[in-house]
Amino acid sequence: MPGAVFDEMGLSEHEVRSAYQTLRTWLNETPPEVLSLRREEAETFFRRIGITFAVYGEGGDPERIIPFDIIPRILEAAEWRQISAGLIQRVKALNAFIADIYGPQEILRSGIMPSDHVMLNETYRHVMQGVQVPSGVYTHISGIDMVRVGPEEFYVLEDNVRTPSGVSYMLENREITMRLFPDLLSRYNVAPVDHYCSELLRTLSSVAPRNCDREPTVALLTPGIYNSAYYEHSFLADQMGVELVEGPDLYVKDDIVFMRTTQGPKRVDVIYRRIDDEYLDPLAFQPDSVLGVAGLINAYRAGNVNLANAVGAGIADDKSTYTYVPKMIEFYLGEQPILKNVPTFRCGERDDLLYVLERIDELVVKEVHGSGGYGMLVGPKATRAEREAFSERVKASPEKYIAQPTLALSTCPTFVDQGIAPRHVDLRPFVLAGKEIRVVPGGLTRVALREGSLVVNSSQGGGTKDTWVLKD
Amino acid sequence: MLSRTADSLYWIARYLERAENLARIIQVTDRLSLMPSGAETAGSEWHSTIVVSDCEEGFYRKYNDATPEHVISYLAFDEDNPSSIRCCIETARRNARAVRTALTTEQWESLNTTWLELPKWSEARVRGSGLHRFLDWVKDRSLLFHGGTVATMLRCDSYYFMQLGTFIERGDNTARILDVKYHLLLPEHAEVGGGIDYYQWASILRAVSGYRSYHVLYKEGIRPWHIAEFLIMREQMPRSLISCTAKIKDCLDALGEDYGQRHDCHRMAGQVYSQLRFGQVSDVFRQGLHEFLTQYVDQNNRLGTEISRSYLM
Repeated sequence: MPGAVFDEMGLSEHEVRSAYQTLRTWLNETPPEVLSLRREEAETFFRRIGITFAVYGEGGDPERIIPFDIIPRILEAAEWRQISAGLIQRVKALNAFIADIYGPQEILRSGIMPSDHVMLNETYRHVMQGVQVPSGVYTHISGIDMVRVGPEEFYVLEDNVRTPSGVSYMLENREITMRLFPDLLSRYNVAPVDHYCSELLRTLSSVAPRNCDREPTVALLTPGIYNSAYYEHSFLADQMGVELVEGPDLYVKDDIVFMRTTQGPKRVDVIYRRIDDEYLDPLAFQPDSVLGVAGLINAYRAGNVNLANAVGAGIADDKSTYTYVPKMIEFYLGEQPILKNVPTFRCGERDDLLYVLERIDELVVKEVHGSGGYGMLVGPKATRAEREAFSERVKASPEKYIAQPTLALSTCPTFVDQGIAPRHVDLRPFVLAGKEIRVVPGGLTRVALREGSLVVNSSQGGGTKDTWVLKD
Repeated sequence: MLSRTADSLYWIARYLERAENLARIIQVTDRLSLMPSGAETAGSEWHSTIVVSDCEEGFYRKYNDATPEHVISYLAFDEDNPSSIRCCIETARRNARAVRTALTTEQWESLNTTWLELPKWSEARVRGSGLHRFLDWVKDRSLLFHGGTVATMLRCDSYYFMQLGTFIERGDNTARILDVKYHLLLPEHAEVGGGIDYYQWASILRAVSGYRSYHVLYKEGIRPWHIAEFLIMREQMPRSLISCTAKIKDCLDALGEDYGQRHDCHRMAGQVYSQLRFGQVSDVFRQGLHEFLTQYVDQNNRLGTEISRSYLM
């Protein structure tokens, strides 16, 4: 693994970074038994209010909880300013890219991106070509996955502009820290996050269809109780005070969307959908989908309802589109990217493929359309047999894979069975784009609880941490 | 509110009430089966239980005869019987999870605990004296949830939909429990009004927790005539048909007021209520008790369908 690992607190007593000094003192003062007790309390709290999570394709407890690490991660105000400016810049560019693709396609004509890459991509939605979406916004809610490798070195690992999840953990983690460690929290000046849901509602209301002349009716569309993120769906709907609807609760008549209520049909103006494009409308996409609403896409194209995020936004978060984002920022905004991309090899290109196959033991190889930590190989951690098997898969369909150098992800102090020890973390902040773009100061920090592990996904044994952004 | 949410609330209440009433029906049957009777009618109580719980078809597809073990297994635990106590509790909890935020913490935690404890009651554990402990547990859990609903829920449409579910189901069940008597055979040598007859009527009162209340209102002892009046037309008796119908009517009126709109179900509820309010028990017996109860169950059923049509779909 290249370079030394950066620990965000500082590994020894005399090199504790300034933001962590108070925490370090507090950790020294607090006996491990108290920490254990607090961790149990946290688990009881999560279980009782039912913050659960299902892992697909595994047996066992269908309603299990994601482990919560009680030690917060701390980001300084100056660090956050840089991150936040970079996120806003990035989301602006991604949005401009989607608008361009479903509009004039200048980026393709300028030769910056190959036309085939977009037009033959399975996330490209033909039905969106030429459609005018309200305020030109496609990426209403984005979750940008970032990693840190040094004091000032942040990289973007992945953009998520379809239906990113995890924000409920950002909010519940803060809630639980306030209950468990009020004394510690009061020694810091931490920026609050609990206004996220009202910002979200404001964002969604601001992009109501042009012909909506009332207070817009917003609804959250969920696939239902068997979806792994169902808790989050019901949490967000409840906090925003909007209805949590399933496909059969909605119907379309004369290109207008209604929900079935006890007082008769009620018109819906904005739908925050947590269902993938393919399942939204059986008439437009998967004909056998029972999750969606027949006629929804026509109503959307007619401008009678708005969907967040926009249909077809996935074209911008495809892992192979990712490599073009720095160029997009220059092309659409005329600016230099504030946040760096991880250097990425596209296996679909011959030279890159040869390099990847030769150095597979040093690289992380990912499926372009994979997510949740599935379909990836961490070269340095894999066995020889695993690497060989994976190489064969890459050779069979190279365009489906990308590869990146294995980054030395930063670590944060984490309370594990052996006591307090450094564990690798990443960060997913959430960006809201309506009439304006806003970032709530914080995000979801995921932590790989196994020693040395670099895979932070909750489906692969990862946990979460409360993330504090300090105010000046 | 979403029709689906209202529908879930309505069915949570209905399923829990159904579980409680099944427990009551099994309890009364078990009591009756302890009565000495002639060989020709032995065990007929268990068959009558299957008849009144409306699951003759499903039961006899699976079993040839109504032994106590078969009936208890089918009504309490069978996963193929959507109305078994186990399925009722599981369905209620599934519905509750889908509308979590429409319930109060007390309601959710009471129902969730019931669901978590349910697997502890295996068929083996409820043999013999364990049966009544299990049935009492079911009644307790249902009463706790119902109490939580009354004590913690805001009086708005969600509350009314839950109450509608409770009382549609309860009216149906009281009528069915009373009808048990019709299906019970008196042994040939026993006379109407004799010891066994008396014992059967008393058991029916116990099934609806009405044995003592009955004696408070009626001083002459057990009379079929009075028992019918008590369970059909007395508003003081909280499980009587008229009490249930009055509650349904009140909830519908409150919804009509809140929403500013009335439907066919309002008219129907008023109609059923006035029949009970202004009818006489002599008319009931002139028509035939069984015929009257069958007609009530049918009307109540149609009222339920009409409520669904107006609000829940």
